Amino acid sequence: MPGDSRMHRLSPEAKLVAVVAVVVVIAMTPRRETVAFALYALGAWAIIATTKIGLLTYLKRLSVIIPFVMFALIVPFIGGGESVYVLGVSLSVDGLWATWNILAKAGLGATMSIALSATTPVPELLHGMTRLKVPRLLVAIIAFMLRYIDVLVEQLGRMRRSMVARGHDPRWLWQVKPIASSAGALFVRSYERGERVHQAMLARGYTGVMPTVSEQRASTKEWLAVLLCPFGAALVLTVAVV
Amino acid sequence: MSASSISVRELGFRYPGEHHDALRGLSIDVNAGERVAVLGPNGSGKTTFVMHLNGLLATQSGEVRIGDTPVVESNLVEIRRRIGAVFQDADDQLFMSSVREDVAFGPANLGVSGAELYELVERTLEQVGAAGYGDRNPHHLSGGEKRRVAIATVLSMDPDVLILDEPTSGLDPAGRRELIDLLSSLTQTQLIVTHDLPLALQLCDRSVIVSDGRVVADGPTPELLANVDLLAEHRLELPLGFDPSRL
Ligand SMILES: Nc1ncnc2c1ncn2[C@@H]1O[C@H](COP(=O)(O)OP(=O)(O)O)[C@@H](O)[C@H]1O
Ligand SMILES: [Mg+2]
Repeated sequence: MPGDSRMHRLSPEAKLVAVVAVVVVIAMTPRRETVAFALYALGAWAIIATTKIGLLTYLKRLSVIIPFVMFALIVPFIGGGESVYVLGVSLSVDGLWATWNILAKAGLGATMSIALSATTPVPELLHGMTRLKVPRLLVAIIAFMLRYIDVLVEQLGRMRRSMVARGHDPRWLWQVKPIASSAGALFVRSYERGERVHQAMLARGYTGVMPTVSEQRASTKEWLAVLLCPFGAALVLTVAVV
Repeated sequence: MSASSISVRELGFRYPGEHHDALRGLSIDVNAGERVAVLGPNGSGKTTFVMHLNGLLATQSGEVRIGDTPVVESNLVEIRRRIGAVFQDADDQLFMSSVREDVAFGPANLGVSGAELYELVERTLEQVGAAGYGDRNPHHLSGGEKRRVAIATVLSMDPDVLILDEPTSGLDPAGRRELIDLLSSLTQTQLIVTHDLPLALQLCDRSVIVSDGRVVADGPTPELLANVDLLAEHRLELPLGFDPSRL
């Protein structure tokens, strides 16, 4: 993980808990509390600024929410109830609020996750989860998924290239059938990979329990600093609702 | 660092549901500290054989001993500590999310932890020429780097025996040369499964040829490689223009 900001040095488990707590507070916020959302956004962007990842990187990573955005944009056209006319098109008021709700919450949630992932290497995040007493097996499963997703994508790429080399050109959605059927082959290969990885683990003395590698724990000071974020958000929410 | 002998007597094995024996009475003795190449065509049973040495495949008939210790269920913890197996595909060997964790995995299972573990990992990475790689993602290493880190993952357990399954497959010439340098610097008993006949000649005084689940030839590597008929019979080929007598 390139970069070294204050955020990078905070302990991963503290950051993880803070992000989850902030996201929960955001998710609980009634959609019409626009001022609260504005304050959350200011806070989230301030955090992003401290990570020093740069606007372009931030926007690029934020693009993961595009599928949700697409879905959200449809809602005002199909929603029922009271409607308003915009440029002669009838839009559902409820639908518009629903769109706003999805956009605001997905955008804020993604922003917090970006702040976390930009400043915490995957292994540290996994160690943080272990220290938070997330079951070892679950952490191991997540770790393997992350470790082998690249290998799988590469394998799929190789299969695609070999199909292209044999004259198939899957450029359009309705041409994906060969790719879809190769998903079966990919599954078998993943299964075999799983077997071989398990053997490699056994060969190095694995007995069913993932060993812990790092023992460093978050200090109380770190916890306090990091938990200011969800407390701040909760305060905003309380004031807004009351 | 110590070394152990290997003794394999009349090993037989058939995969469940198959109609053909993968191993048919394979026997071999390797002295402590010896480096032996295991040659043979695809499907001859080389991988099946080496998977018996650390009990990943349970013996169906015959016997395997590492030093004086028979490879049986009740000894597996000790056997797996003493045998370092480097698998054919380094991506199978490097399953953690950082090089450090991968090299630490074996010793951590043996109970090493804290600063001692950290030191051990750093020392081992330095030994394989990968000092400073600890925080890297194994997936993003080159083929040669992956192979050397894969070797580090077993060296960190201080094994007596190293087993390498096709260690040069997929390596470029520079990666291959670095691997040869590394292997020749190690004092453990080594069993190197390979198709790479020049590698066998460079690293191992002695070679065996495995064919159809048995050892069919066992002798000094230069002699085996000079026997053109023997090589041809077992689908082994020297690179074009390679003359073993001139090494
Ligand atoms: N998991 C398996 N299940 C069934 N048959 C196998 C399996 N692995 C290998 N074989 C068969 O056992 C024989 C020996 O294979 P292997 O030990 O992989 O040979 P080598 O490593 O020399 O290429 C081959 O005929 C192969 O098809
Ligand atoms: Mg093999």
